[in-house]
Amino acid sequence: MSRIGVFVCHCGENISATVNCQKVAETASGYEGVVHSVDYKYMCSDPGQTLIKQAIKDKNLTGVVVAACSPRMHEPTFRKACNEGGLNPFMCEMANLREHCSWVHDKGDLTTEKAIDVVRTQVEKVKRNQPLTDIKVPVTKTALVIGGGIAGIQTSLDIANCGHKVILIEKDPSIGGHMSQLSETFPTLDCSQCILTPRMVEVAQHPNITLYTYAELESLDGFIGNFTAKIRKKAKSIDEKLCTGCGLCTTKCPTKKIPSEFNEGLGFRPAVYVPFPQAVPNIPVIDRINCTYYIKGKCKVCEKVCPTKAIVFDQEDEIIEVAVGAIVVATGFGIKQPDFFPEYGYGKYPDVITGMQFERLASASGPTFGEIKRPSDGQVPKKIVFIACAGSRDEAKGIPYCSKICCMYTAKHAMLYQHKVHGGESTVFYMDIRAAGKNYEEFVRRAIEEDTVKYVRGRVSRVYEKNGKLIVKGVDTLLGAMPVEIEADMVVLATAGVANPGAEELAQKLHISYDGYKFFAESHPKLKPIETNTGGIMVAGACQSIRDIPESVSMASGAAVKVACLFSQNELTREPLIAVVNRCAAPLYSTCVGCFLCQSACPYQAIEREEIKDRSGKLIKSIAKVNPGLCQGCGTCVAFCRSRSIDIQGYTHDQVYNEVMALLNEY
Amino acid sequence: MVLGIYPGCSLKGSSREYTESVLAVAKAFDIEIKEILDWNCCGATAAHNLSKELALALPARILALAENQGLDEIVVPCAACYSRLSGTQHELNQHPELKSKVVEAIGMEYKGTVGILNIVQMIDKYITPNIESKIVKPFDHKLACYYGCLLVRPKEVLKFDREEDPQSMDTLMSKLGAKPIDWAFKTECCGAGLTMSRTKTVARLSGEIVKDAADRGAEAIIVACPMCHSNLDMRRKEINEYNDQKINIPVLYTTQAIGLAIGLDRESLGLQRHFVKVEI
Amino acid sequence: MSEFEPKVVAFVCNWCTYAGADLTGTSRIKYATNVRIVRFPCTGRIDYMLLMKSFAEGVDGIIVSGCHPNDCHYTSGNFQARRRWIVFRNLCDFMGIDIRRIQFSWVSAAEGAKWADVVNTTVTTIRELGPYTDYKKVANYFEKEVSHG
Repeated sequence: MSRIGVFVCHCGENISATVNCQKVAETASGYEGVVHSVDYKYMCSDPGQTLIKQAIKDKNLTGVVVAACSPRMHEPTFRKACNEGGLNPFMCEMANLREHCSWVHDKGDLTTEKAIDVVRTQVEKVKRNQPLTDIKVPVTKTALVIGGGIAGIQTSLDIANCGHKVILIEKDPSIGGHMSQLSETFPTLDCSQCILTPRMVEVAQHPNITLYTYAELESLDGFIGNFTAKIRKKAKSIDEKLCTGCGLCTTKCPTKKIPSEFNEGLGFRPAVYVPFPQAVPNIPVIDRINCTYYIKGKCKVCEKVCPTKAIVFDQEDEIIEVAVGAIVVATGFGIKQPDFFPEYGYGKYPDVITGMQFERLASASGPTFGEIKRPSDGQVPKKIVFIACAGSRDEAKGIPYCSKICCMYTAKHAMLYQHKVHGGESTVFYMDIRAAGKNYEEFVRRAIEEDTVKYVRGRVSRVYEKNGKLIVKGVDTLLGAMPVEIEADMVVLATAGVANPGAEELAQKLHISYDGYKFFAESHPKLKPIETNTGGIMVAGACQSIRDIPESVSMASGAAVKVACLFSQNELTREPLIAVVNRCAAPLYSTCVGCFLCQSACPYQAIEREEIKDRSGKLIKSIAKVNPGLCQGCGTCVAFCRSRSIDIQGYTHDQVYNEVMALLNEY
Repeated sequence: MVLGIYPGCSLKGSSREYTESVLAVAKAFDIEIKEILDWNCCGATAAHNLSKELALALPARILALAENQGLDEIVVPCAACYSRLSGTQHELNQHPELKSKVVEAIGMEYKGTVGILNIVQMIDKYITPNIESKIVKPFDHKLACYYGCLLVRPKEVLKFDREEDPQSMDTLMSKLGAKPIDWAFKTECCGAGLTMSRTKTVARLSGEIVKDAADRGAEAIIVACPMCHSNLDMRRKEINEYNDQKINIPVLYTTQAIGLAIGLDRESLGLQRHFVKVEI
Repeated sequence: MSEFEPKVVAFVCNWCTYAGADLTGTSRIKYATNVRIVRFPCTGRIDYMLLMKSFAEGVDGIIVSGCHPNDCHYTSGNFQARRRWIVFRNLCDFMGIDIRRIQFSWVSAAEGAKWADVVNTTVTTIRELGPYTDYKKVANYFEKEVSHG
């Protein structure tokens, strides 16, 4: 006979403001099998939990229903409390009265009625719960880090320094990411490459880090502690073991006029190239799309000049399979190409450039060696206009969010311009200045006050070219919406930061969620900003939302700690909510008839064939058997099974059926 | 094929040449144009300043008439009328309660299913596919295509062309053998309905448009709206005074440009009615 | 007589729609009280005979909702659910159940507003369709005539 305890939480006023909690508790006390039913202000608090533990002991409870917030929030808390009270943790269920009831409905009888219904379903469910024990699984103490920007670099170094193995993969020929392209960094104006490149070298030399550049994740199987990742190492057409990085091939390559990705199209690179001089590893790749040999079948100049015979034209992509226990996704962000902003003339006028292009112009390693020269004619612009929010916070352009970093880098750009071009005039059009961060506001003030950057609060409606000048038409909203027209020599657009083009595809390979903008979704916006909903996979840096360098680095270190925690255990416990095939006495052994439809439905190959033999070894019956290490508990097999022989713990037929019937019969 | 037409007030009055050229070109391409009978004012800029229901009821009546007269698709050459009619259809489809209110007001059945085309869409759909073989005199001129404010806006309703840097007329003119110029005033305001009450403002706004087109070497300005045409053409005297410069580049309707390219008679296109002499 | 309050049961997956409905709550978006959510690990787990049984027991409308195609936490459970749904539609038709009573949708963990929308639309539809009584008659008939007779 069940002895169920019901505990209704007010959640301060979050639930009790719209739901009559006392009535819920009273009604529940009348249900068959319920021997204890109370309501309390904060069930998750220490006294609240004590209430549960005490009741388990005093009333000898066999099951507990906590009617409170979402189980996704506090199920672990209450299961732990039950365990401490001496009840199997899986004998506890939660009725979601907050997210699914009090927060979405107005105060009234219907809302309380719904709350009562939800509690009843869980009472009926918990009566049919079975005590379960956690499953222990081993942990592979190697981490996979996807993305070699500053976040990926930081997290790799931190994990490696904890003594664990790291595999770092980067899709480009070199690690470094966007940070390697930057000139100077706000708010200190220290040189980006000077602080980054030592870290890049450290990654390459770290005994615990295996670095695969020009490589992408092909597929991922498995689960927390036990993933199998397939990595596609794209063919570099170079034998990495033989190449010494002498660079002879890159200087002799006859195809020299390919727009350089690293320089954002403002400079050129040959077909065999290293993206930038400080690249790690310092090994070139052949860009097969632009290489004369791959297009026309002849050339091979690089092969002739290579002193170590490292050029391998027929090299193929290589698939490497690795076993890892945790994954950190640090794939960074993309920059929205401003061609969706035709009124600003990007693409039409060469002197309308993006913020990233300005970084390259301002960078000492850039195409102009740090001199601000405009792309069209190489002249130093005397007047320059920066348009902050080119796309961001603009619902009409599909990007309602704030890209966060633009206010700061625009101030930096204007400042760098003023430092480099004496007597130059710079104007920033802005909506608001968002400079929240340590020393950020002071930095912007410095740009305005010391470096005399003119800030105009208003939007720009159009940029067009007239008599060799770029006419910027805007409005000054602080001067009563007065129209402003500036004849500029160059215009810089602070274009919106967006998710990487491949983000969606990667999320699907990893089975992690992503938001409407294709940024990866964290498990909880406040309390689990680094974990994803998939155990063992963390996110770091701008792939989760646009972040600046200090934030990316701290998030990366946070992710490293999460990985290190995981690797500090030799065994992981997993929830035993997995499928089982029923067994019974001979001569039936199981109702399973061995059709193995479940096997074809299982996405994890978790279903094996079990042969039941008699003493003489003669086969009596073949039935399905679930490998508990592989089963993830999706339950697809359950819906497939025609003889109802396979069931899923925690969501059994019996539980779910009675849950639904409890709703309908007393509705 | 049969296509309905909603002329609106301008096409019957100040912009007779627009009507003439639309009909002449349609005829050349075997399109039968049927005017909606008993049509009324679209409400223009006045109605929606007074009452939302009125601003919806007026265009709804026109659309209901078209439906009842068996027209599946209509062309609305005036950009302002086009914007009103499309906007109304969109709004009523979105809000059934408004629809029933409006139906009651107009006392007619209204389904909201008539296809509404502006002049560029009409040309794209029915004329462009057969145009190549008909061109007898390629329209080899540098042109400034001027879209004005209403032809491509609001984007959510019209779903036609890029709102800030539209391309459809430029593409069309290229097909006639013309060279559309890249200029800055494609969608700037011409002053619109202020032409009578605040002529100076119109002279300034339209003046900037005409000047930029002239500065960039345009031989003509191409428009798709009678309001734009009046301001750029009829107000040329004021424009030239504002600019302190005599600019005599003509303003042509898209249909007039097509007519010239396919060798239609200049009078049948109404070119003689313009204030600025058309000499191309 | 008081207004008809439809009984709607939502069968949702834990990873997308349940979390999406949680987000509706965190975002304080209001929706009709008529819906009761039953949590499953995955839409692939949902046995459609339970839907049929729900109709027999007097539900007026049903929502089945999971992750968007390709976004399933378990790779392919939502595809299985969709395949089953196609067959189940035909079965409903055969059984004389108006398929407008079943709303099949994808609501991701980020689509709090969409969840409210799905619930409200379904409740409105069911309100228009009225209470579901036909199958109950059949069920009663079977109970009396078949099991006792």
